[in-house]
Amino acid sequence: MKQFIGFLRKEFLHIFRDPRTMLIIFLLPIVQLLLFGKVINTDIQNSKIAILDQSHDNTTREITSKLMSSGYFVLGEELMPSDDVEDVFRKGKVKMVVTFGTNFEQTLERDGKVDVQLLADASDPNTARILTNYASGIINDYVKKEKLKNIELPNQINTEVRMLYNEGLKSVYMFVPGIMAMILMLISAMMTSISISKEKELGTMEVLLASPLKPIQIVLGKVTPYLLLSFVNALTIIIIGVFIFGVPIKGSFFLLMAESFLFILMALSLGILISTVAPNQMVAMFISVLALMLPTILLSGFMFPIENMPLPLRIISHAMPPRWFIVIIKNIMLKGTGIMYVWKETLILMFMAFVFIALSIKNFKIRLE
Amino acid sequence: MEKVIEVHNLVKKFGSFVANDHLNFDVFQGEIFGFLGANGAGKTTAMKILCGLSSPTSGQVKVAGFDIYKETEKIKRNIGYMSQKFSLYEDMTIAENIRFFSGIYGISPKNRKEKQDKLLKDLDLESAKDSLIGSLPLGWKQKLAFSVAIFHDPKIVFLDEPTGGVDPITRRKFWDLIYEASDRGITIFVTTHYMDEAEYCNRVSIMNEGRIEALDTPDNLKKQFGAKNMDEVFLKIARNVE
Repeated sequence: MKQFIGFLRKEFLHIFRDPRTMLIIFLLPIVQLLLFGKVINTDIQNSKIAILDQSHDNTTREITSKLMSSGYFVLGEELMPSDDVEDVFRKGKVKMVVTFGTNFEQTLERDGKVDVQLLADASDPNTARILTNYASGIINDYVKKEKLKNIELPNQINTEVRMLYNEGLKSVYMFVPGIMAMILMLISAMMTSISISKEKELGTMEVLLASPLKPIQIVLGKVTPYLLLSFVNALTIIIIGVFIFGVPIKGSFFLLMAESFLFILMALSLGILISTVAPNQMVAMFISVLALMLPTILLSGFMFPIENMPLPLRIISHAMPPRWFIVIIKNIMLKGTGIMYVWKETLILMFMAFVFIALSIKNFKIRLE
Repeated sequence: MEKVIEVHNLVKKFGSFVANDHLNFDVFQGEIFGFLGANGAGKTTAMKILCGLSSPTSGQVKVAGFDIYKETEKIKRNIGYMSQKFSLYEDMTIAENIRFFSGIYGISPKNRKEKQDKLLKDLDLESAKDSLIGSLPLGWKQKLAFSVAIFHDPKIVFLDEPTGGVDPITRRKFWDLIYEASDRGITIFVTTHYMDEAEYCNRVSIMNEGRIEALDTPDNLKKQFGAKNMDEVFLKIARNVE
């Protein structure tokens, strides 16, 4: 035990004395989360739009004010019929132009039907789609409530939409679990693989192996500091998520922590496995970034929905540990489900951890030969 | 004299490649035993087996009186090892390195302090106690690495090309340390490329293609091969084999 504490002290010295490691461990999670949460925001808020109103009657004015008071849009520019609409987009000042034709109100009252044109800047297709959807929604809602309220329509079917588990459709609800998976993967797997392969590279690993320390003690000694630090990171991310971004924890906090612990264990064993394959730090880092980071971001369902992927990628995504972890955290945090609903994913993570540990032990032995 | 290393018919194969082909030799207590050979001759493999880093394919090996197959743990307590890549942690101070290595060999803190003071005094490094290893010149690092490798008073210390990359004067000073350790009864098992270092050893074995081709004192080897120095002995052996 004394040996082990001495080993841990040494590991923490390595960590605390290396500025790069410190940055990655303590700053990266916070910066990433704030970046994804605040800057890379796919929610629409205060988007600048332009209005080209050729009627200037009550109805068009009311629709305009509905749009502006929704919180999604602000008036960037009022256009004249003589203005070149494309030129407005080219200047990049506004994302969408709403055009009302002449005699808007009269046409609506006479024909019971009138067109509003929504022109959107689809060089950013996602934003364009969201903006036009929001605007159409607001306009339809207005027409239904204000114009048709006295008219009884036969056989009316209304859709009533409620966004369960994330009523405000906040994208940060999606980012917090995703970032957590990514950071834990990065710190646990990448940092351990680098720190073990560093000892190999410097020749100190041979000295340790020639000492009375058992290989298992060496591996545990290398891994434990990162287990603790990753756990601190998991907590930090959850705290920022809850207190800064208002992400709820509806389920059991204990279960959430236990699942995080399992995921960290899995990632650590993956890190050990990488270090048994990689001859030096560069290779370890390369494998970690290429084999872990990119798939975590692209294939785990964190950024892009798995359902939309082509079949081969969908199959590959099953082998991505973060995929299962993200499902688990989302369930616990947002839906408040217990272990009964995530036991399958939990078992998959356990199985992965087991496979990585078994492979590491096997590789470690071969290397010792 | 007491045998501290006994090797009988040691064979190590990697697949069909024979790295060590029936090695036989003994090393006596307090001896400086030079283990020579060209790169790839199999000396690192043999040394790794003796240190318990790798297990032999067949043969009997005893190190410090313990069996290599059954008693590796006991062997590891009684040996020291210095790798050719130089084996202290650069981002830790001298004192921290000593503390760490004392810890894994179970040396008590009180004992450690006494020995550390003596070590620093002998090496004239008292003022550098809290300097990072990375800030020291290579010659100092190697002396320190050696002193740390024998800090727990092992019976045998294995040195894998310990003086790579330093000038002859620093190398000579390093060998002064080796002699001191040998005087204290520590057996030195050293691999090297440098033939002038071979002259410093009590006995030398020369390996070629997995076999030990010659084993004797440097003087006897020179007589046997009619050579002026160890360099010639080494070249003659390499040519004979070809």
